[in-house]
Amino acid sequence: MQVRVANVRKEFDTFPALHEVSLEVRSGELIALLGPSGSGKTTLLRLIAGLEQPTTGRIFFGDEDASAKSIRERNVGFVFQHYALFRHMTVADNIGFGLKVRPSETRPPAAAIRQRASELLDLVQLTGLEKRYPAQLSGGQRQRVALARALAIEPKVLLLDEPFGALDAQVRRDLRRWLREIHEATGHTTVFVTHDQEEALELADRVVVMSQGRIEQVGTADEVYDNPNSPFVYGFIGDSSSLPIKVEDDQVWLADRPLGLSAPGLPAGPGTLFFRPHDIELLDGCSGCLAGTVAASRRVAGTRRVELEIGGQRERVEIELPVDHPAAQKSRVAFRPRKWKVFPQSALQEK
Amino acid sequence: MADPVVFAAEATPSSTAGITEQRPARWALMAVAFIFLGVFLLLPLMLVFMEAFKKGVGYYVSTLGERDTLSAIRLTLLVAAISVPLNVVFGVAMAWAIAKYEFKGKAFLTTLVDLPFSVSPVISGLVYVLLFGAQSLLGPWLKANGIEILFAVPGIVLATIFVTFPFVARELIPLMEAQGTRDEEAAISLGASGWQTFWYVTLPNVKWGLLYGVLLCNARAMGEFGAVSVVSGHIRGQTNTMPLHVEILYNDYNATGAFAVASLLAGLALVTLALKSLLEMRYGAEIAATRGH
Repeated sequence: MQVRVANVRKEFDTFPALHEVSLEVRSGELIALLGPSGSGKTTLLRLIAGLEQPTTGRIFFGDEDASAKSIRERNVGFVFQHYALFRHMTVADNIGFGLKVRPSETRPPAAAIRQRASELLDLVQLTGLEKRYPAQLSGGQRQRVALARALAIEPKVLLLDEPFGALDAQVRRDLRRWLREIHEATGHTTVFVTHDQEEALELADRVVVMSQGRIEQVGTADEVYDNPNSPFVYGFIGDSSSLPIKVEDDQVWLADRPLGLSAPGLPAGPGTLFFRPHDIELLDGCSGCLAGTVAASRRVAGTRRVELEIGGQRERVEIELPVDHPAAQKSRVAFRPRKWKVFPQSALQEK
Repeated sequence: MADPVVFAAEATPSSTAGITEQRPARWALMAVAFIFLGVFLLLPLMLVFMEAFKKGVGYYVSTLGERDTLSAIRLTLLVAAISVPLNVVFGVAMAWAIAKYEFKGKAFLTTLVDLPFSVSPVISGLVYVLLFGAQSLLGPWLKANGIEILFAVPGIVLATIFVTFPFVARELIPLMEAQGTRDEEAAISLGASGWQTFWYVTLPNVKWGLLYGVLLCNARAMGEFGAVSVVSGHIRGQTNTMPLHVEILYNDYNATGAFAVASLLAGLALVTLALKSLLEMRYGAEIAATRGH
């Protein structure tokens, strides 16, 4: 089922949580809404679900306008961050709930509901836990039950609100892989919200990067990482270093020194240079490069992060070096980013 | 890094020693608690029963068998049977509105729920006298239509509802607020209707709190004196509830009779407490599970 969000705006007490957002989720796609807290990602998810009504704009499921439908009629599977399992019901009753509350014409017989619950438990790899109560399960198991419960109603769309947010790192990684497998097995159109970029980049077919109630960029993991289209996305996805620079004569300048980076076609004037700390080349001599004194150096897992003080302006940037690289011991390091991007000042102010 | 085993070995004894009082202090605190409870609660309770049975079991039974006494017991049961279910409905509705919705005036409404607790019961009764009495605006109309509220059962029921209203609502509001609306949202997203959500999800989530509220509400409904006294008119055999009857008997210098009826009320209180403790013992884990989250 394809989902189309068309110019949706949502205000809470006149405070705009979403500004005119449009998005198309392809049928069968696994898509992530990624952003910091307050970016409107959960609001967008709840609007698609029907838990909130848009102030303006429409939401389509396929060709059908779902905006006017209540969450009951939309037939979506919604998974909450804190599971929202019914505490007083067994695992099997939780999973069967959506079938049990159907009107009598479409309600399957009790035995069929039990059967379906068992099948879904097999699917989420919790075979045999029918009789348990949610309190007797671990966090990861609860979230699996919550997903099984959402799948039981054969939803048109599966929506997950920070599904792994309350779990510890190891369980998150396992569940991530597992969710991918479930998605491939069932083929549901799935939208999930996360503030964890690793989760989004690893799991989703496409990532929707959001900030302050707007969609900044929609793209595959490669697209948003390699070609960020805004300073926000560059800064938010992956590690990045930035420096205030200016563009003149198609060259990038830091104060009055050229950096050896040619920028044809960029408008002259102030801007910000972005690059990835690990994507740099170290230079020996320097007649057009970035050079600075080592201000701090930290070992982070397999690499060493070196903080450099650049020029006289006390601007600091971070670069990443191999752990045993001799440059890490030097007090002065010269380098040039291999891949980089300049956003003119105007692009920054616009946001 | 230091060896973590060292930390663990140090932490265990010091943490228990830190929160434990000296032995004499512990004894003194417990003694104060027991003496207080003994003198102010247990002793009077025992006196009630001793006084009631002073002239023997036969006299006790015959006192309770008197026509006026039986009628007072009947009236009390009737009033409780009407006001408790109504307050369950009001209380659940009120708690639902306050805990699950956002609206203007919510804080005011929450305060209003506590009003019956904060005003004197006499005022609670007088309110109805002012509302339905002969001198009130409604009085003449009620009289013309032959509707009796004051100095009759409806007045007593109204006053009782007013006084006992907060018990259920106050028990449920914090519980429902703590539980939030996630479970309801989940139920509705799975296709449940409003009623189904209420019966299958909301009500089971608050059932223990509701039961507590009902027990307390019932104890107060049967025991209320002040408000009921103002609206009842004290007509023997007609508008006397048990607490009012106790006072009348006492004023008639029938101390034993008064204490006999009082012993029934005291018994009710004991049964209520016992039920409450029993529930906590039997379903403690489940109650804790549905309360905290």
